[in-house]
Amino acid sequence: MSRIHSVSDSFRRGLSFMTRRAGPPRGEALETRLKGERVKKTFFCLMGVLLSGLTADLSEAYDYPFRDPYLATIIATPSEFEPELPQKIDYELLRLKVFPEREIPEVFWYQREFRYSLTYQKGEAPLIFVIAGTGSSFHSSSMIFFQKVFYQSGFHVICLSSPTSMNFIVTASGTSLPGNIFDDASDLYRVMTMAWEQVKDRIKVSEFYLTGYSLGAAEAGFIAKLDERKMRRFNFKKVLMINPPVSLHTSAKILDDMLLQALPGGLDDFNAWFQRALGKFAEIYKTMGYLDLSNDYLYQVYRTLYKTKPPRREDLATMIGTAFRFSSNNMIFTSDVMTNSGLIVPKNRVLGSADSLTDYFKVTSRTSFIDYFDELLLPYFRDKFPELTEERAVELDSLHSIADYLRESPKIGLMGNEDDLILTPEDLAFLKDVFGSRAKIYPFGGHCGNMSYRDNVEYMIHFFKD
Amino acid sequence: MVGDLKRTSSLMLVAVLVFLSGCGSAPVRTDAEIPAKRPISDFVAPGQPSVIDAYDPWEPMNRRIYNFNAIFDEYVFLPVVRAYEFVLPDIAQTGVSNFFNNLTEVTNLMNSLLQFKFVKAVNTFGRIVINTTVGLGGLIDVATTVDGIERENEDFGQTLGFYGLGPGPYLVLPILGPSSLRDTAGLAVDTVVYSLMIQELIGLTGMDSPEDDILNYSLTTVYAIDKRHKESFRYFMTGSPFEYDLVRRLYLLKREFLVDN
Repeated sequence: MSRIHSVSDSFRRGLSFMTRRAGPPRGEALETRLKGERVKKTFFCLMGVLLSGLTADLSEAYDYPFRDPYLATIIATPSEFEPELPQKIDYELLRLKVFPEREIPEVFWYQREFRYSLTYQKGEAPLIFVIAGTGSSFHSSSMIFFQKVFYQSGFHVICLSSPTSMNFIVTASGTSLPGNIFDDASDLYRVMTMAWEQVKDRIKVSEFYLTGYSLGAAEAGFIAKLDERKMRRFNFKKVLMINPPVSLHTSAKILDDMLLQALPGGLDDFNAWFQRALGKFAEIYKTMGYLDLSNDYLYQVYRTLYKTKPPRREDLATMIGTAFRFSSNNMIFTSDVMTNSGLIVPKNRVLGSADSLTDYFKVTSRTSFIDYFDELLLPYFRDKFPELTEERAVELDSLHSIADYLRESPKIGLMGNEDDLILTPEDLAFLKDVFGSRAKIYPFGGHCGNMSYRDNVEYMIHFFKD
Repeated sequence: MVGDLKRTSSLMLVAVLVFLSGCGSAPVRTDAEIPAKRPISDFVAPGQPSVIDAYDPWEPMNRRIYNFNAIFDEYVFLPVVRAYEFVLPDIAQTGVSNFFNNLTEVTNLMNSLLQFKFVKAVNTFGRIVINTTVGLGGLIDVATTVDGIERENEDFGQTLGFYGLGPGPYLVLPILGPSSLRDTAGLAVDTVVYSLMIQELIGLTGMDSPEDDILNYSLTTVYAIDKRHKESFRYFMTGSPFEYDLVRRLYLLKREFLVDN
């Protein structure tokens, strides 16, 4: 902000200087001197205007605080850069029995029903479905943020967990093998339909809208197609895809590789790296006097301790990779138990509610998303379609498989970042090509780092309301 | 009277538990077990340290208590807390929190002194004086809001840690949640000190039996409700099948941090 002010100030000063120069000349010598001065000053003034115009263009266009995609992805948006939102809003936690006949393994005794949330306006309003990113649930902090944003803008809001989240895999996934966007989108469509049935008598809906971030964004694209071309239940007026991966396989591979960046000796080094990270956190705790993991805290830590000496990029990469590994682990273990595939847990073993899972945690943390893809997901599809090659399976599991639809659907928009960590340059080019003028690509923001930045939020609301 | 109430509620609880465990009939698989494609032996060498490791010899019992706590939370504790939050205006809830925060400063003070943390002790003493007088018996936290003196957090578990005692086995306490053998002993000491102080304070009011007992029990009940009201943790909402392991590790880590500070 302060930069914008100073830039416009100098701009104004430049203008007033030019008007002052228009005064009548007083004598030859003076005039020449003045002339020389005027030329010089006009030159500087022009340069100034030009330069300030240039910087003003950059900064006024976009002032999200982190230009480093790694920092952006980790710290995301501190609350001072978020739009003003209510502290607390009322919402209902609702439950669905999606598959009444399904037997829930005892080890997941606490996941009996599919859970989602509803926030509604008093009168008639548009309803927006929001889909969470990889591993995230309907009440993750990003989802609560979107819930408030859309509620405040006059929408009814239904928040849905990612098909890769535990609750979804256990209660609402048809195969309990998430990771195939097409099937996951169909599962989501089923719960959206059921949720709508459950709430439709209580809320008045004018139109339907759809959005999602990260993996949820890719799923939103598939759902839009499913709805428009086949099911025709919601007829979404507009759909916004926020920071989607293009290919699930490619993005997962990038994130798996990031995990290893600060671990030259591979995963055997992880424990030592983690202990060092904890040591750092202990120091941070001593300096700051308290500890939490909110965006605001991380931003505070960054400003006090790391602004002059930024943390090593490898460490940041490993941090992001760890977060992804953790959520994919939750997914893999849950999926393995639900399908009795015998990957991590011995096939046919019945786990009880008091059995130790620590050893399984250790094995899953050595299992990457790509391992899961190769050892569980692909074999499952090969059973159904014996002629399916791995390359074809990878391609089907990407936005490439719905590119034609995305290209010709004016109602679908994209919000992305030039420096999104989970995209290759080809992925980014693909998105720009397919979405054309419907792509809003910010110069920086990492992966989902800037999606709650006020400019981004303003864009989202405009997108849906115009 | 109070004893009866307690007995009835615990009976109810057992009934709830029996009912729920009855519902939890798992699919019975009779097929023979086939070793996992990714067995632990192939991935983690014995004795190789892992970030998730914790000393938990009583894990089966702890896990059962953890599950019990989750059910107790859902069917008893949280409904009571929600009713409390519904009935009491926000400002009154804050008042209650401040009131108990002020009462429990006594153990902060004692444990700061026992660890020779004199700055913390002076801060805590100052907080007690300011909040008890200007803060109307502790209802308003003037010390934090006006004087900027933050509340310290020292308990007898940390004091034991300060003198070199390790946490010992991890322990999940019924209703109270994660702890360790050391921290449970610490909690017992803090509770005794706190209760003695409460007895003294009630003694000052000149009440007779059984009114003083009723006051004491009510205080304990409201204290428990307020404590749950302040705690944002909800069981099985982490979205991880490894929640027990995570909570265990985070609890022990947090305690390590606190002992070192």
